[in-house]
Amino acid sequence: MNKFTSHSGIATPMLGDNIDTDQIIPSREMKRVSKVGLADGLFSGQRYLYEGNQKIGANPDFILNQAPYENTSILLSGKNFGCGSSREHAVWALAEYGFKAIIAQSYGEIFFNNALRNGLLPIVLGEAEIAQLAASSSDLTTVTINLRELTVSGNGGSPISFQLETYYQEMLLNGWDFIDLALQFTDQLDDFAKQDRKKRPWAYLSATD
Amino acid sequence: MPKTLFDKLWSNHEVTQLADGSSLLYIDRVFMHERTGSIALTSLAENGRQVRNPAHVFCAMDHIIDTFPGRGDQTLMPGGTEFITTTRATTRQAGIRLFDVNDPDQGISHLISAEQGITLPGFTVVCPDSHTCTLGALGAFAWGIGSSDCEQVLATETLRSQKPKQMRVRFDGELNPGVTAKDLILFLISQYGANGGNRMVIEFCGTTIDQLSMEARFTLCNMATEFSAFTALIAPDNTTIDYVRGRTFAPADNHLEASITSWRSLHTEQDATFEQEIVVDVTTIVPMVSWGTSPEHSVRVDAPMPQLDSDSQEAQDKLKAMRYMGFEPGQVLLGTAIQGAFIGSCTNGRLSDLQAAANVLKGRHVDPGVTAICTPGSQQVKRRAEALGLDKVFIAAGFEWREPGCSLCFYAGGEGFSAGQRVMSTTNRNFEGRQGRGARTHIASPIMVAAAAIAGKITDCREFL
Repeated sequence: MNKFTSHSGIATPMLGDNIDTDQIIPSREMKRVSKVGLADGLFSGQRYLYEGNQKIGANPDFILNQAPYENTSILLSGKNFGCGSSREHAVWALAEYGFKAIIAQSYGEIFFNNALRNGLLPIVLGEAEIAQLAASSSDLTTVTINLRELTVSGNGGSPISFQLETYYQEMLLNGWDFIDLALQFTDQLDDFAKQDRKKRPWAYLSATD
Repeated sequence: MPKTLFDKLWSNHEVTQLADGSSLLYIDRVFMHERTGSIALTSLAENGRQVRNPAHVFCAMDHIIDTFPGRGDQTLMPGGTEFITTTRATTRQAGIRLFDVNDPDQGISHLISAEQGITLPGFTVVCPDSHTCTLGALGAFAWGIGSSDCEQVLATETLRSQKPKQMRVRFDGELNPGVTAKDLILFLISQYGANGGNRMVIEFCGTTIDQLSMEARFTLCNMATEFSAFTALIAPDNTTIDYVRGRTFAPADNHLEASITSWRSLHTEQDATFEQEIVVDVTTIVPMVSWGTSPEHSVRVDAPMPQLDSDSQEAQDKLKAMRYMGFEPGQVLLGTAIQGAFIGSCTNGRLSDLQAAANVLKGRHVDPGVTAICTPGSQQVKRRAEALGLDKVFIAAGFEWREPGCSLCFYAGGEGFSAGQRVMSTTNRNFEGRQGRGARTHIASPIMVAAAAIAGKITDCREFL
């Protein structure tokens, strides 16, 4: 996994609540058995103009098509960002487009985990703090994230602290692989399964069942 | 300390506790489908890793395949065939049981996981699909994950997690006429918001739940994800045990007694505490329908949608939703013309759902302005419905009778409604563009959808009972 230590970039305010993964990437944009090639489908329902179902150009009213946000790398949002479908494509599309972090009041649980798995940092801040960052970013300023210190600061503003499980912080700072970490516990798992099979034999199927 | 049902499920699967207080959990079953499962299996192989226990992994074709009679690997979904063929190849290579396109037991993963006895009470079950919470109705800890987490479970049979907080939602009282499990969950979400579940594990209980059939319990738990719950649970009782017995992967006779004894211990002890408790008097609930683009945008069918008298973020979100849906604040939904009606999905694609809809459709005909489609949730549901002659009722009423799959819930099979078309749907999500770019989705119960299809407009299903 890619390491994340710190990042500065233009933050795009998309402050509504409940921005779901169908909006982030509609089903029809997931065209390959692949984690790549998804950036063009990001927010496609709103990002493009259409004739029938054909895209005919960029929608000038959509924020990512407006300066300076076409060079954004941080998304500011409201409550429950990434709710809905579990599709990890939402995270892959955001990351491929160039987003490094999301700052929202809360997240869909599965989206939050998916983001961490892919080095896209999901930061939780309060409504007033996000509004403050949104105000500073509208002056063509940048937001700076420091994962080691667990702080976010808008242009010239004092750092705002955020919380993240130490486990995830270390994982991102070091770029560790989740599966490698889990494989360290294979002996414990074998012991567990041996005991559990005695208690719940019906839970253990063999390949021939 | 008195334990909750969830405390027991959690501790029964704890392989080890990590230094930070989180746990590594043993996962009993993995279920996949051709959209995200194929990516997880492909990525696992690319990284040189093996599926640790293929006998505990299952896969269904449901998300990409189309639902037209006589279907094969071709679909209208751009690139869809690659998902289907890759899933077939990767599951075969890994030795995973696949419910293929025309398998006699194919269907939507959450339906067949229950029908086949793959998910049993007391199990931990994951699937790269947010509606995995459906299976919590069996008293299993079942939840949706992403593709990367799925890869980890395939490779290690474990997931690391901090134990979620817990909520109890008690539904008490008798259901009013025309009210179903779908109305209960829409009511709950409309009252407490789409974020109301707050990433907690929710145990549903109460006298209403005790009386609900297993199929209705699946419907209720299915939409826990729309409530932003981590997942939902219902303690196993006689209804559960009667449902599970005799299914393909259910315990064999020699384990039957021990398994039932074990399942009966899976309940919340008296005086156990929850982070949050909600009590709902179901006698106040009437049929519900959504008006906007979040499940929290739902009202009783005879009520107006909200007036917006502030410029708060919430009011702005609601106004945006009303504009998308073609409504003005304070408008009443009753009488709004519809162009589509869809009955199916992991929420409402079961036999009792089709029976309830058929009772409304019998001897009546769909309005000529409405395209009406019924997709049974599984081959088993379809066979049983056809044995009861329900297919004839649907077809005589002017519905299309399809093959099982996720279908028009979300453009599965590359099929959607057109921009501006208004659809009454038994599905779980009324998100912008969910059923086709620009399509306007109203979610409701199968009875409500059948009644609207007949009337050609949003209507109170109680007039058809």
